Amino acid sequence: MGMKAQRALAGALLAPAVLYILALVGLPLALAFVYSLGDVRVGSTGYRFVGLENFRSVLSSPTFRAAVGHSVIFTASVQAIVLVGGNALALALRRRFRGRGAVRFLILMPWVAPISLGAIGWKWILDSIYSVINWLLVRVHLVNRFDPPMWLGDPTLAMLSVIVVHSWRLLPFATVILLAGLTSIPPDILEAAAVDGAGFWRTHFEITLPMMRPIINVAVLFGVIFTFTDMTVVYVLTRGGPYDSTQVLPSLAFFTGVLGSDLAAGAAISVFLVPILAIVAWRMLRVAARAEVV
Amino acid sequence: MTTITHAREGRWLTRAGRWTVVGSAVVFLGFPFYWMAITAFKRTGDLYNVGNDPFVFNEPPTLSHLRLLFGQTLFLRWLLNTTAVGIAVVAVTLVLAIPAAYALARLAGRWGERLGIAIFLTYLVPSTLLFIPMAKVVAVLGLQDSLWALVLVYPTFTVPFSVWLLMGFFKAIPREIEEAAMVDGLTRLEAFVRVLVPISLSGILTVVIFGFTLVTQEFVYALTFIYSAEHQTVSVGVPIFLVRGDVYYWGSLMAACLIATLPIAFVYDLFLDRFIAGFTVGAVK
Repeated sequence: MGMKAQRALAGALLAPAVLYILALVGLPLALAFVYSLGDVRVGSTGYRFVGLENFRSVLSSPTFRAAVGHSVIFTASVQAIVLVGGNALALALRRRFRGRGAVRFLILMPWVAPISLGAIGWKWILDSIYSVINWLLVRVHLVNRFDPPMWLGDPTLAMLSVIVVHSWRLLPFATVILLAGLTSIPPDILEAAAVDGAGFWRTHFEITLPMMRPIINVAVLFGVIFTFTDMTVVYVLTRGGPYDSTQVLPSLAFFTGVLGSDLAAGAAISVFLVPILAIVAWRMLRVAARAEVV
Repeated sequence: MTTITHAREGRWLTRAGRWTVVGSAVVFLGFPFYWMAITAFKRTGDLYNVGNDPFVFNEPPTLSHLRLLFGQTLFLRWLLNTTAVGIAVVAVTLVLAIPAAYALARLAGRWGERLGIAIFLTYLVPSTLLFIPMAKVVAVLGLQDSLWALVLVYPTFTVPFSVWLLMGFFKAIPREIEEAAMVDGLTRLEAFVRVLVPISLSGILTVVIFGFTLVTQEFVYALTFIYSAEHQTVSVGVPIFLVRGDVYYWGSLMAACLIATLPIAFVYDLFLDRFIAGFTVGAVK
């Protein structure tokens, strides 16, 4: 087959997927920017360009500024918990042992379960009256039974709950990714370190972690995306409350743009996700490029 | 002598450390599912008696929550909706992704590599950035409150990842296999369809499972586009429409969560290593 024919065939095979992605990812993405620069509401037919007006009004809203803070705290805390936990768990699961398959299955469940259903399970665990956690805490006399903690009703505790539940969901994913990195380290390097008398912690920090850098990057990059852009946990557990204390950027965009019908403001809020996405995409490209070179 | 004791002690410590970590992880990650299971079979009186020990059955277990769930709610309908959308989305995904992945793996050379990565990056564009304009697209096409809206939109996240996964599979198959078929007189397209696709069935199956899992997990688009209870999927129907007013039917809710989760968990577990290979973007050899 000639070069030309081959190129034509490649084009024909690629066209449907590329056109679909352009139409349903590219176009809406462009529309998101267009909306954020215009005056559009549900029901109104016209479009009037207003420049950065939406961004100005969004930026001046205290709810929005608080949501930026919540998003940062939410994302950073979840990544910290998931990285430390995932590393520990991956190390513990590295060697084969009896029952590892069953443990792996159990550990994977939070990642595979639809997150809205996992979150509703947690909503029951954190219930204001029937919380099993409170029952335990009362039993061991850590809290007063007449004044138990309101996990989803108190601003600080609600944020904590949202962070814990999202970490619960993401921990399995980080663990399996890190485990893949861990098992790819040649065993003879570790054996050599043991022969040289390096203990567990020294081996871990001076050999294992540096060798796992690329894979840790991957886990963090996906983790940031999955956390920063998620609104499901917040929506199911708290609806952003109490008093917007758990409102994050994606949930605020939803409440403003979809339920509040202010499309322009909603679009402007979600456009604030873009810088983080761009950074992650750029880092991801570097990881991919390095993997290719090696 | 001392080194032996040391080694033994070290091994014991490692083992204790491992079981502490594994034990606490299993409790933290698994507890909600245990809780769903026990809640689903407890009598209502037992559930709502604060004096009862919540970890055990204080009254005999019951099937009434399951009966309520299947008899008087739309749960079964939601399961069917999810399955139907899942099948349609997987079909669309395969039709779009298999040829594209093949072209990128075999025909496109260096720029194929770049286009492949570009397609993969669109997987990172989240629904929470696109839902507002996407609602407009759905409205223009007259698909509001229809499952077709989901069939239209869900491939936006299944196609990029599937192209990426399949590209890896096709690259791993030696070129000689198709070349031999082409020497035997097949055109390149025929060699692809008749030779390469059949030996890539396990890769294609991986994409099927992955696509189906993503469809069952999706929440944001379904919440945005679908208004009526009958047209919901499981992931929105259960947490939003199984709650009446302020009343949570915890027994039925937890049963629904568990029933919707277990089958996908089993299948996903079987294909785990392949998904990881896709996610690690080549950072692990």
